Amino acid sequence: MSGPVDAELARVVRDHAGRLAASLVHLVGDFSAAEDLVQEAIEAAVRTWPVEGIPERPDAWLYTVARRRGLDVLRREKRHREKLTGVSWPTEPEPDDRLRLIFTCCHPALPRAAQVALTLRVVCGLTTAQIAKALVVRESAVARRITRAKQKISDAAIPYRIPGPDELPARLDEVLTVIYLLFNEGYLSSGGDRAQSRDLTDDAEFLAALLHRLMPTEPEVAGLLSLIRLHRARAAARFDENDEIVQLQRQDRSLWDHAAIAEAGRSIARAASYRRPGPYQLQAAIAACHAEAPSWEDTDWTQIAVLYDMLVHLAASPVTALHRAIALRYVQGPAEALAAVDELESSLAEYHLWHATRAELLRELGRRDDAQQADARALALTANPAERSLLRERLNWT
Amino acid sequence: MKYVLMFVDTEEFASELAGMSELERARAYDRVNQWFADHSDKITHHTHLLPPNTATTVRLDRGEPLVTDGPFVEGKEVISGFAVVEVDDLDEALAIARSWPACPVVEIRPVGS
Repeated sequence: MSGPVDAELARVVRDHAGRLAASLVHLVGDFSAAEDLVQEAIEAAVRTWPVEGIPERPDAWLYTVARRRGLDVLRREKRHREKLTGVSWPTEPEPDDRLRLIFTCCHPALPRAAQVALTLRVVCGLTTAQIAKALVVRESAVARRITRAKQKISDAAIPYRIPGPDELPARLDEVLTVIYLLFNEGYLSSGGDRAQSRDLTDDAEFLAALLHRLMPTEPEVAGLLSLIRLHRARAAARFDENDEIVQLQRQDRSLWDHAAIAEAGRSIARAASYRRPGPYQLQAAIAACHAEAPSWEDTDWTQIAVLYDMLVHLAASPVTALHRAIALRYVQGPAEALAAVDELESSLAEYHLWHATRAELLRELGRRDDAQQADARALALTANPAERSLLRERLNWT
Repeated sequence: MKYVLMFVDTEEFASELAGMSELERARAYDRVNQWFADHSDKITHHTHLLPPNTATTVRLDRGEPLVTDGPFVEGKEVISGFAVVEVDDLDEALAIARSWPACPVVEIRPVGS
């Protein structure tokens, strides 16, 4: 998708697809059958709306198509047919219904790739073709994932339900992971060769905002939403006119959306008042430190290092430890940072940013040959076109 | 919905069990018995299996039936028992499996109708 018309179309579909799915599951009583109907309606919309324009009542339009198709498909199943005939749109569903939808799509009994595809299709209203394009996988592979997932939902009786209080924290983590993955996928693939593809960061923000509206007292949901908004607030400065990545330290900060940054800061503070810190709140707080700083040099690195210490403590991962080491560079110096980076070799030797970070620190310490070698390793390990060209340029010019 | 919970033993778990004192082992068995008692309204049937060294396998896909000593897959993880539970959905089966107090892996499969 590209251009403002398609963005508008995507937004309208996204606003209504999940509601329609939730209503139809409620009506038909079967997740998989309902999902098929929604997908039919969305595919019809994607075909028709660009030509005929977006209807005045997109929700009623989608419902009518889904219902007509449903009566067709389910004519042998009297029970479903009666249910569909008996109800007319609009039936304003409870907001909880979309929450059930999200928890079912992100059930831990489904493989991650299927959770992602199913959430995009059912909650955000993407077609299989759009998902395939956005995730750079074959359409047949996406279709297969979704078919298998729906089969498992019905065969293994994965419930259509919001988990109880015992299970909720773990299940919510699962949902947040899916949204975070979508955001990363969209964020990293933006610009470069794929400027034309659907912006998954839109879908990620939509999902996080929806979840936040439905679960306003979950601070980690607020944290993830703030994190996404803070990153998006800097989007205008991330790429130059040649679609090359501009690193944070060289970005023109006047291009950032400072109103959005201030709002995210307030949201993080509200979340913190629940006194239930978590990895998304901490990452958002780190992103806020960067976003609120007048310049790279005048960033509150001490605060960032403290937040990374907490993050490593709460959710240890080699990549987090790498970011902590980068912050150390500005608190203690490049030699200390390099020592911290080198400690991570066993787990990050195949990660391009580990090599890229080493290269920068080595260069600062005057070890040019070592730095060149590290850049070459980083280049060999990354597939993202914009990142590749950044590294290639550094190899050529340093 | 009926599900089979398959209990899977690992070498670590077996040696941990073997290293226990009489009293500790009695307590471990008590915990298992308590679990079966706690879920007795949901468990319709359960079976404990003797270890894999007691297994005999018959293969029928090689012409004549072929009888061999041992389990059909040699592995570090072996099924040591089953329980059949009758519950509403997977989440309920998962909740039961989550509280299982013994061997470290439980596989859940819906029973075909």
